[in-house]
Amino acid sequence: MNEILLLLADVDFWVAVLRIATPLIFGTLGVLLCERAGVLNLGIEGIMVAGAFTGWLTVYLGGSLWLGVCIAALTGALFGMLHSLLVVRLPLSQHVAGLGITLFATSLSYYTYRVTFPKVESPPKIESFAEMNWLPIPILSQQTPLTLLALALVPTIGYVLYRTPLGLALRAVGENPQAVESQGIDVMRLRTGAIVAGSALMGVGGAFLTLAAFNSFFFNMVNGRGWICVALIVFASWRPGKALFGAILFAFFDAAQLRLQQSGGGALPYQLYLMLPYVLSILALVLVARKAAYPQALMQPYVKGAR
Amino acid sequence: MKRRSLLGAAAALCAALSVSLPAFAQTKIKVAAIYTVPVEQQWVSRIHKALNAAKDRGEIEYVFSEKVANADYERVMREYAEKGNTFIVGESFAVEAAARKVAKQYPKISFLMGSSGKPQAPNFSVFDNYIQEPAYLSGMIAGAMTKSNKIGMVGGYPIPEVNRLMHGFMAGAKETNPKVEFYVTFIGSWFDPPKAKEAALAQIAKGADVMYAERFGVSDAAKEKGVLAIGNVINTQKDYPDTVVASALWNMEPTIDTALKAVKAGTFKAEDYGHYSMMKHKGSELAPLGTFEAKVPANIKKAVADKQAAILSGKFTVKVNDAEPKSTAK
Repeated sequence: MNEILLLLADVDFWVAVLRIATPLIFGTLGVLLCERAGVLNLGIEGIMVAGAFTGWLTVYLGGSLWLGVCIAALTGALFGMLHSLLVVRLPLSQHVAGLGITLFATSLSYYTYRVTFPKVESPPKIESFAEMNWLPIPILSQQTPLTLLALALVPTIGYVLYRTPLGLALRAVGENPQAVESQGIDVMRLRTGAIVAGSALMGVGGAFLTLAAFNSFFFNMVNGRGWICVALIVFASWRPGKALFGAILFAFFDAAQLRLQQSGGGALPYQLYLMLPYVLSILALVLVARKAAYPQALMQPYVKGAR
Repeated sequence: MKRRSLLGAAAALCAALSVSLPAFAQTKIKVAAIYTVPVEQQWVSRIHKALNAAKDRGEIEYVFSEKVANADYERVMREYAEKGNTFIVGESFAVEAAARKVAKQYPKISFLMGSSGKPQAPNFSVFDNYIQEPAYLSGMIAGAMTKSNKIGMVGGYPIPEVNRLMHGFMAGAKETNPKVEFYVTFIGSWFDPPKAKEAALAQIAKGADVMYAERFGVSDAAKEKGVLAIGNVINTQKDYPDTVVASALWNMEPTIDTALKAVKAGTFKAEDYGHYSMMKHKGSELAPLGTFEAKVPANIKKAVADKQAAILSGKFTVKVNDAEPKSTAK
């Protein structure tokens, strides 16, 4: 117990929490945009891999870091386009299409990586984002600009979602697309736009891993972070503020387990510590999700004129 | 007409191939390797390097598959066996039963597999990374270099191949510095450098000033925070010239070359190639100190050199301990 109290007062700990949370914030906001528009996007895991790869490759080939972020977003957007083609236009199964995109994006990234780098002994490195030492805010000054971007996106998306006509239409299309159509708004285009924007965020979330948290691309380095976002959005009840909270909560448990594990003296098996963030998140999910209101039209394809 | 000439050409080609193929096979051994991880992974990169070297010398034809899932391993083994490869190298840690079954069904093919198990007659040999000796030596240096008497270790999973190196390293550190304590963290993944880095940063925040870099990401944390790191399996000093003090290197060349010689001579049989990874056979070594040549105290360098001589002459044996290492620091 004392250990945990000490952690709470430790600046390094909170720096780590925010750093671990950043890709989850991007990813969860991305899922939020898709699902608020009524579309499940299980392509997230693969889109994060693709974003991590193309963002890193751009910088490796001489582009600037921010260009890398843009290319990662573009990559995400392209896969989002593909997903919307499959599930909005055609309406295919959203589960199958999403998982298919994850497999496709992951394999394509690995394939391109191997074709580009057939003979490397250890993965090539780039110069990654530096910490913002110029910032006079304690914990934030030890983060990279991408974390700032993630944090800034939360109120921005909240504002667009709840204070603009576009946001109203977006929320409505996830609840009752017929009503949106009756207002003369194109459901297909709105959903496509939401998926493309959401997938772009997922791409940036992946790029954080290769451009800020680390400086080279590894196979499997996304390591399930995308799936965590899919769960976090339920915890967040599809709200941006709560999404931020959920991502930070998960990161809190993860940062804590790394610290408790190292000084636990092996009293408990290390697997228990590794489990901790997942178990506690599931627990939190159970408590919170009972009140969670799903977007009513989630996973219901919209076919014009169908009754 | 056209069709006939095509057929004729094809027949000629076949004839040419059938003449040239056996002749070719006599000079070059057809080798296939099957890896469960990408060839950049430290462990596999050493095997890949040794086989590539043999290929560059013109001794073998070399094909490989990387990132083969355990569920696909048996199928890929069979495919390579059917394609006429005579020597198959791989890692059967997670697929022992299946790999051994395949080996039994292809008695004419020689198998050399990374394995914690025993060889299986007549054609299934095993190897493993027994590099606890240089790990011990690198530990001696680490023990001398730490000022806080706290050493951090971040690993993927506590499997024997990781544990024995960590224990060798810890024993070495204790020899030069009995007061030293260890932080041990496992991250539950082979490929999550951001997470390995987080774990390392957490240990550094608690006072560790020498990091044992079992995973990618640990040296990066050490570099960022200005502490030292000890490399493992590969030499990464050129990427971290002011961070990586010493590295315990694994050389697969002695293992591969000995096995290739046996395959060529037709004398390959089920053997344990493990000892070819030891220092005596140059299967492992302490990397040159390089940028830290002048920074490591002379008495420590001498102690390490003496210990190395004792290991080589057989007077000192580093204990192989495959149990899971635990944190000793609070």
